Amino acid sequence: MKILLMGNPNVGKSVIFSRLTGANVIASNYPGTTVEFTRGYMRLNGERVEVIDVPGTYTLEPTSRAEQVAVDMLKEAKDSSDNIVIDVVDATNLERNLNLTLQLLKQDIPILICLNLWDETKHVGIKIDVDKLEEILGVPVIPTCALSGEGIAQLIKRLPDAKSKTYEFDEEDRWSEIGKIVESVEDITHRHHTFLDRLGEASIKPATGIPIAVGILAASFAIIRFIGESLIAYLFEPIFEHLWKPVIIRFSAILGSGGFIHDILVGKLFLLNSETEEFISGIVQTGKMIAGNSVVVKTITGELIPAEVTIDFTQSMGLLSTGLFVPFAMVLPYIIAFYLILSFLEDSGYLPRLGVLLDNFMHRLGLHGLSIIPMLLGLGCNVPGALATRVLETKRERFIAATLMAIAIPCMAQIAMIFGLVGKYGIKGLFPVFGTLFVVWFLLGIAMAKFLPGESPEIFVEIPPYRIPNIRALLKKLWMRTHWFLREAIPFVLLGVFIINVLYSLHVIDFFGRIFSPVVKGVLGLPGEAVAALIIGFLRKDIAIGMLAPLGLSIKQLIISSVVLTMYFPCVATFAVLVKELGVKEMLKSTIIMVLSALLVGGALNLILR
Amino acid sequence: MVIINLSSMRNGQTGKVTGVGGGFGLRRRLEALGIRVGVNITKVSGATRRGPVVVRAGNTTVAVGHGMARRIRVEVV
Repeated sequence: MKILLMGNPNVGKSVIFSRLTGANVIASNYPGTTVEFTRGYMRLNGERVEVIDVPGTYTLEPTSRAEQVAVDMLKEAKDSSDNIVIDVVDATNLERNLNLTLQLLKQDIPILICLNLWDETKHVGIKIDVDKLEEILGVPVIPTCALSGEGIAQLIKRLPDAKSKTYEFDEEDRWSEIGKIVESVEDITHRHHTFLDRLGEASIKPATGIPIAVGILAASFAIIRFIGESLIAYLFEPIFEHLWKPVIIRFSAILGSGGFIHDILVGKLFLLNSETEEFISGIVQTGKMIAGNSVVVKTITGELIPAEVTIDFTQSMGLLSTGLFVPFAMVLPYIIAFYLILSFLEDSGYLPRLGVLLDNFMHRLGLHGLSIIPMLLGLGCNVPGALATRVLETKRERFIAATLMAIAIPCMAQIAMIFGLVGKYGIKGLFPVFGTLFVVWFLLGIAMAKFLPGESPEIFVEIPPYRIPNIRALLKKLWMRTHWFLREAIPFVLLGVFIINVLYSLHVIDFFGRIFSPVVKGVLGLPGEAVAALIIGFLRKDIAIGMLAPLGLSIKQLIISSVVLTMYFPCVATFAVLVKELGVKEMLKSTIIMVLSALLVGGALNLILR
Repeated sequence: MVIINLSSMRNGQTGKVTGVGGGFGLRRRLEALGIRVGVNITKVSGATRRGPVVVRAGNTTVAVGHGMARRIRVEVV
């Protein structure tokens, strides 16, 4: 037995799904949050039942890829006789939700209706006679408020009562049928405009909306930086410096302060209190511990002296040093900060409004305003960003949006590392990096809009009401995304550190460094070792940027390598999703654009910057 | 009673939809969001020249592109 959750976009299907299955899915306040179906399981009378969260759709005649997924799911579900559909309906928009309901009632699958957002009907002055609606339609109708869990138990109890084809009507008369139903069950009382209504209108009219948008984006940026920096300075860095460092140094001593295993796990050691802070490998090392952190080292002049050693979290490049420090103490704080703000914006209902405001601007790039949502999600991680391009109607739009995102939108992990590395130069270092990426994004968009055949469709989107985000739902979403980052990122970062150590010790990096020297040195003006970062960048961008730290690059070289690492190729996870979304041929086209524009822009920066 | 198209309505003006030009596909999509013949809609925002138009129909607020807005005919008082 399978249960499909279907309904118009943004009616709360994903929240109901979480309530039924206990599984966690991302839910937000804008149409098209769910672009792919999610499976979960619930217990029903001792039986394990599959529940599917289907992307929202207004009709059974799809207009986007996400809607196509929904219609295909329904078709598949009709094959088995014991499958049912829970039709989730927005109680505050009964009329147009019934449009899909009546279409579902014509299908050969039992349905029951979940009248969600029931609590909001009181605020907007709507009264619905539930019993009468149930009587007319002939299927169970259960009012729910999924966010608080109200009505869910009743919904589960009524599942066996689901029926199919209980309401006969002529397809021609669908809207007049709906009109009749609504008239007999719904009672609307006049209500005054609330503050949120007025804010809703102000933030969508260009005259007031643009200043509001600038304010919101500037505030978001400031808050993300403040939270990220504070978490690093007062929490994560102290933990690593004061608690973890002594442990690793002891561990290093146990491993004999050197050797292959030691270098992979702990990484390079540095002399403490040495004025020049030379690498210990620059000095012949005997590896004998005397006491504490001291080892006997032989200087270049042949002297044997005791010296205290330590590790440097950003430069040692061991699995337990840099391999943990980068994801936890440099990236994670910004991930938390970014997703906190993004989740707030998503749940408030602001994002579609931003899309409407930016619509004219985005049309220059061959896209419509709504494509700002995949771009914003891409700032967190390009993988969900690439998936979110499914809300766009045409293949051309999806190609432009996905390519622009993969080239010019660095993910938060990479941004955090750029902040960490280039941030010390302040605006002088950060502006050229992000300014260049923005210009690339814009110009490349214009070029693709001009040269790719086809039209860009117009924006067509429902604007959800503003809602005050539910703190618990918001924190849960933040936790899901943070958890996802930890699970996906850490293995790849560690793998990257491991591979780079092996490649260095096999002298592969030197080899590639020499081969690619004409490009890397000649065109981009970077040292040969930067090839190592470009290789690891295929795996993950954050650790790739981290690998630039020990190279002693100038500010100009840091800017060029940050830009090139963003542009030249997506990380392997994004690449895999893009191949799936665009197809191999389109992805190949996209890849050529990436590599060429990365070389062009990197080379240009090398000529322009001093 | 005058029939104009949605894009030439003033912001804040209300009118009754009398017809939707263009293809069947567009009509169906607008219908699904509650914009169809006989329904009262209120223009929330939108420049008269280019840019999207935001319109309210019942409890639903919808943003449509300028080209679509020109195809929606509205009877205003």
